[in-house]
Amino acid sequence: MLKRQLPLVVAFIMGVLFIVQYFIPHQVSQDFLTYVTNWIRIIVSISLLLGIYSLLHFHYTSISRGSAGWGFSIVIFITFLAALCAGFGPSIINWLSPLPQPAPADLPWYRITGVKEASPLMWVFNHGIVPFSATMFSMIGFFIASAAFRAFRARSLEATLLLLAGVIIMLGQTPLGGMISNIIPDGMVWILTIPNMAAKRAILFGIAMGSIAFSLRIIFGIERAYLGGGKD
Amino acid sequence: MKCRLPVIVLLLSIISLPLVAQDKPALTPPEELTAFDAPNDAGGRIALTWRASEQNDKPGVSYVIYGALSPDGPWQETGRFPATIGFKSDVPYYFGLSEENKRWHFFEANKIEGLLESITTTVYFKLAVTDGANTVESSIVSSAPNGNWFDTSKVYILVFVAGFSFLILFFIRLARNNPNLFIRHIPGLDAIEETIGRATEMGKPILYLNGLHGMDSLSTIASTSILGKVARKVANYDSQIKVPCYDPIVMSVCQEVVKEAYVEAGRPDAFKEDNIFFITNDQFAYAAAVDGLIVRHKPAANLYMGYYYAESLLIAETGAATGAMQIAGTDSITQLPFFITTCDYTLMGEELYAASAYLSREPLQLGSLKGQDYGKGFIIAIIIVGSILSNAGVAFIVNLFKVF
Repeated sequence: MLKRQLPLVVAFIMGVLFIVQYFIPHQVSQDFLTYVTNWIRIIVSISLLLGIYSLLHFHYTSISRGSAGWGFSIVIFITFLAALCAGFGPSIINWLSPLPQPAPADLPWYRITGVKEASPLMWVFNHGIVPFSATMFSMIGFFIASAAFRAFRARSLEATLLLLAGVIIMLGQTPLGGMISNIIPDGMVWILTIPNMAAKRAILFGIAMGSIAFSLRIIFGIERAYLGGGKD
Repeated sequence: MKCRLPVIVLLLSIISLPLVAQDKPALTPPEELTAFDAPNDAGGRIALTWRASEQNDKPGVSYVIYGALSPDGPWQETGRFPATIGFKSDVPYYFGLSEENKRWHFFEANKIEGLLESITTTVYFKLAVTDGANTVESSIVSSAPNGNWFDTSKVYILVFVAGFSFLILFFIRLARNNPNLFIRHIPGLDAIEETIGRATEMGKPILYLNGLHGMDSLSTIASTSILGKVARKVANYDSQIKVPCYDPIVMSVCQEVVKEAYVEAGRPDAFKEDNIFFITNDQFAYAAAVDGLIVRHKPAANLYMGYYYAESLLIAETGAATGAMQIAGTDSITQLPFFITTCDYTLMGEELYAASAYLSREPLQLGSLKGQDYGKGFIIAIIIVGSILSNAGVAFIVNLFKVF
């Protein structure tokens, strides 16, 4: 009873409070919003521990069962420990160091490793995470090409229209389009600002209506599947 | 040549004489300067208005607003703008659409260092009009900013939300009496049963993603609701579902939702908590990990429900390459084309929110969908009527949105 009813009561009270808060610009209302936002941050920070436990447990199970790709799970443990050392290592070394308030360049960590970044974790970020993320992001170009190849096959009227629109947009974005004919860049602008904008706005209207209806279902406890299960 | 030069100089002097002799029109002190608390804020803003003047409002002339905590100063410049701009008509949501507003200047003094830092401090203002050479000042006015308890610029939102809410609640009530409401078919949701059956036949798992938003996002809540329905069918079919999560809180909710679904299906022993796990909350690391999962485990079906960013194509295209049946649902407009291209079915925008109600077939939830459809019908009617009226020269509906 309490397990199901209490979350519904909390959802109702907070839902109504935040609707009212949206229409009140007074400082009291702003302070309330800040207060709740801070609570959300605290909960998110605590939940990260839960996430780390889940991640390590999953990969430990993967290694112990010898699941497909278990070798990658070992990489997870190694990189996790490396990142942990990079994060806490300098603080520990500096704390153990007898030097009283040394200048950053004289800190033992820098003398040992010669790493110029503000911290080794920053080095890991700049030389590891950033290039890896950039690599993944740059792969989108190839994925777009392969997805476009599949989508642009003129198998039906809709696919043919999509192909035509795609060709006009692609040519219109390049100097070549304008060199062939001025109709192409003009056509591109027309497609983007008239039919494309109309479709986007129609979807946005739908999303706005849908989100109000969905919020009402949550506030009034009609929608409760997110609590687990569908019925009391 | 030499004797011509003095003659030319003399002629030029005579020609320019009237121009030099003609004085610039004198600037007049700004009239009817008023300071008042700016509406619809938490405090810390003061609005100033004064009557526009034909003599002052010319190119090259500027208004300079000075503020002080005492009528004796010291004065601090808080704003400066050309005299030809800054009218009450620029802010119809404050002053309406009256033609008279074009004859009044408007300036809003926002939080200013040392002046409006405190929310309720009384601040003194004076206005100067200057053309660079001459400067004329107004009398001193004062006002204290106050926090407001209602944002009048959001009246139209309140009216619309209240009206729409009543419509939905009306249809929910109607659904109590008549549970057989007609709701149009959504092929993407009808196909969920098929995908689970396919996965069961192939003996491969189903991959379910919740998107990149946290539990404070409606799309994630909708996604976890759909997950509950999907997990129940998975439990009935004795198949497997894997849910790699981007957010630890979402992971906890998903674990609870799937566990409940297995309990409801009467198969609590088949629930494996390890199948719902956290990966990372770094966008592209998450995409790489999910791609790895798809390539290694080759799920028979991939369901992408929730809000996505650039990683959508990376994940969905990898899924398509493995031959998995894919269903996506998102309210992220920018990612919809990618999902439509790479997935077998795509739930667009509101269909994601409607999915849980559609799958549950509960009359109360279906009633809210019916109300939502009537709300959309109302908006379509407003757009059509507004377009016709606007083309006929009646700008009532267009002006209504300008005012609010």
